[in-house]
Amino acid sequence: MSSVSRLQTVRAVCAKDLRIEQRSKVLTSQIVPFALVMLVLFAFALDGDVILERTAPGLVWLAMLFSSMIIVQRSFVVEIADGALDALRVAGADMSGVFWGKWFALIVQLVVLEAVLIVGAIVMYGIDLQISGLVLLVTSSISATCGLSAVSTIYAGLASGVRGRESLLPLLVLPVASPVLIGATRAAEAAFGAGGTVVSEGWPWLGLLSVFAVVFSFGGSLAFGPLIDD
Amino acid sequence: MTLDSPSTVSTTSRRGTATAATRVLGALTIVMIGWLGVFGLLLSPADRDQGDAVRIMYVHVPSVWLAYLAFIVTALASAVHLFGKSHSLQADRVAGASAEIGVVFMAVTLVTGMLWGRITWGVYWQWDARLTTTALLFISYIGYLAVRGLEGSRSQRARRSAIVGLLAVLEVPLVHWSVKLWRSLHQEATVLGTDLDVSLDGLMLFSLFVGVVAFTLLFLWLLLHRSRVLMMIDLSAETGLDAALAQRRAEGGVTP
Amino acid sequence: MGVELSAQCDESVAVTLRDVVVLLGDFPALASLDLSVNRGEVVMLTGPNGAGKTSLLRVCAGLVPIARGEGMVMGADLRHQRASVRSRVGMVGHSNGLYDDLTVRENLEFWGSLIGAGDDELRQAMSIMGLDGRLASVRVRGLSAGQRRRTAFAILVVRRAGLWLLDEPHAGLDSDARDEVDEVLRRASASGATVMLSSHELDRAQQLATKEVRLAGGVVVGDPQ
Repeated sequence: MSSVSRLQTVRAVCAKDLRIEQRSKVLTSQIVPFALVMLVLFAFALDGDVILERTAPGLVWLAMLFSSMIIVQRSFVVEIADGALDALRVAGADMSGVFWGKWFALIVQLVVLEAVLIVGAIVMYGIDLQISGLVLLVTSSISATCGLSAVSTIYAGLASGVRGRESLLPLLVLPVASPVLIGATRAAEAAFGAGGTVVSEGWPWLGLLSVFAVVFSFGGSLAFGPLIDD
Repeated sequence: MTLDSPSTVSTTSRRGTATAATRVLGALTIVMIGWLGVFGLLLSPADRDQGDAVRIMYVHVPSVWLAYLAFIVTALASAVHLFGKSHSLQADRVAGASAEIGVVFMAVTLVTGMLWGRITWGVYWQWDARLTTTALLFISYIGYLAVRGLEGSRSQRARRSAIVGLLAVLEVPLVHWSVKLWRSLHQEATVLGTDLDVSLDGLMLFSLFVGVVAFTLLFLWLLLHRSRVLMMIDLSAETGLDAALAQRRAEGGVTP
Repeated sequence: MGVELSAQCDESVAVTLRDVVVLLGDFPALASLDLSVNRGEVVMLTGPNGAGKTSLLRVCAGLVPIARGEGMVMGADLRHQRASVRSRVGMVGHSNGLYDDLTVRENLEFWGSLIGAGDDELRQAMSIMGLDGRLASVRVRGLSAGQRRRTAFAILVVRRAGLWLLDEPHAGLDSDARDEVDEVLRRASASGATVMLSSHELDRAQQLATKEVRLAGGVVVGDPQ
């Protein structure tokens, strides 16, 4: 029965996750509004156009990080609500494939959220984005998202079966994800030209973000099976 | 660090976790810490610039050393558990014990570091690579201990912890790299370097050396005792199991 | 002992457990349980709540590790080959393992794509379980409890599970739906599957079962051959 290739498992899991999201619309009807509210609240808390323009990259990525916790929780609630994760285990599904599938589906959702947040920041915080900055912004955001998705998927999988997972997940993910926050924020800063930075200053961060993404994606695909499957 | 010979088990279960070897080790540790007190507080000179404040170093530096040593041991023991043929639970206990010690001494490091920083730099905290990495690592290992406390079968908990223990190792260089890159772009913020800023003379260096030796012994001593305590917890679960089994079978009317 | 046990475990035996202990935390859910089930049997597990029925089914599914003892399920060792055990059995417990936001067909397609089942097999499974026609494109969220269970059974058919482990398959169903479940189980058994089920519907299960195993206190207390 194990004639199925890993790629097929990845595709099946990813398509399934995205279809569920498309049907339930949790991302568009709850998480995107939540993230936008955060942008508004940051503006209240920091009060002042100059500060907001300067800190916009950090605020966007903080909002991303917190919202991603909710999205990834949701991605695993779907699996345990009716015992599907157990069923996956019983069906002998390739857990690495499951990891990559969930990883990719999460990336798609996070990229949508990012796009909304960046547009939101441009509108609300008065940011000026040039074409050269846009290229940096897109590439760095995608690398950062790959890393963030990997870390979140690993630890959400670990926490999925246990009591108190809602509070455990941020404790595990946020310290590990701090390089992503630093890297993505600095790169976005350079892309926006915030605080007098120039675009070229942003590129070194892409290296860090890519290494992070590669290390934790492959680490996760190795670790996911043994973490879930016992 | 082989602790699980049958004789050890029977001795430890009767008389606590001490053996002749650990008693000697404990005595040595006390002597060395006494020495450290003498060297650190009395014999070594005050610093030219920092005065007596420099003496915090004799606790601070050995604590950092011990904490990182402990985390390295955790990582190694996790690898032994995960990749070893027997998936040794002893390795898992060593990993757990070592991480607990590491977290405690990481806290000591952070507190002494902040006090020292307040005196020498005028601030408790600097966002430099070393401090920030240490703080994030501290939180990560608290997370690791939380994972150790999760429910599950014994082997499942051990495997889960080992994986998280190894993932933490991937984390350290990445966090350090990112913070370092970040701070290097903000040179103006680091007016004060966080290097020791102390010109160490021979006696100071020797006192530091005494501190490192004393804390290493302390680590070994704590590690031996703590992993034996963890072993006894596992053993008592094992022996408790027989009673629990008998009780459970009696529910069904089956007598042994 | 392992060698000896696997030697005994020929083609005609579905499950052999010897002195199996299963722990839930510190609590021994199964306390040195012995059990033997031949292929093609329909075994009914009875006993009070907390007797260990669910744990017995879960251990046979390879979902929980055994703390002591040894066991073979469908020719695979429960201690070292739990992955192969799992791929040979199917379990429907209190939960059905379905995705609420997907339709019946989409659920089946998902599971089918994980094991490489073709469209024909899916269609066949759906028609066996009476899920073809209108029901196929209804989201699982909108199904009745009985229809959900049938969908879960259809997945077992698609997976060609040789051992069906069913934890209270009658629970939460109305009387018509229970009849349907019985009918499905008869057909599964007729097609060669071994079935182990727990049920509080004693009369109903007795008509179905070829063998009754009574559990109490985590052990088998009655095994009338």
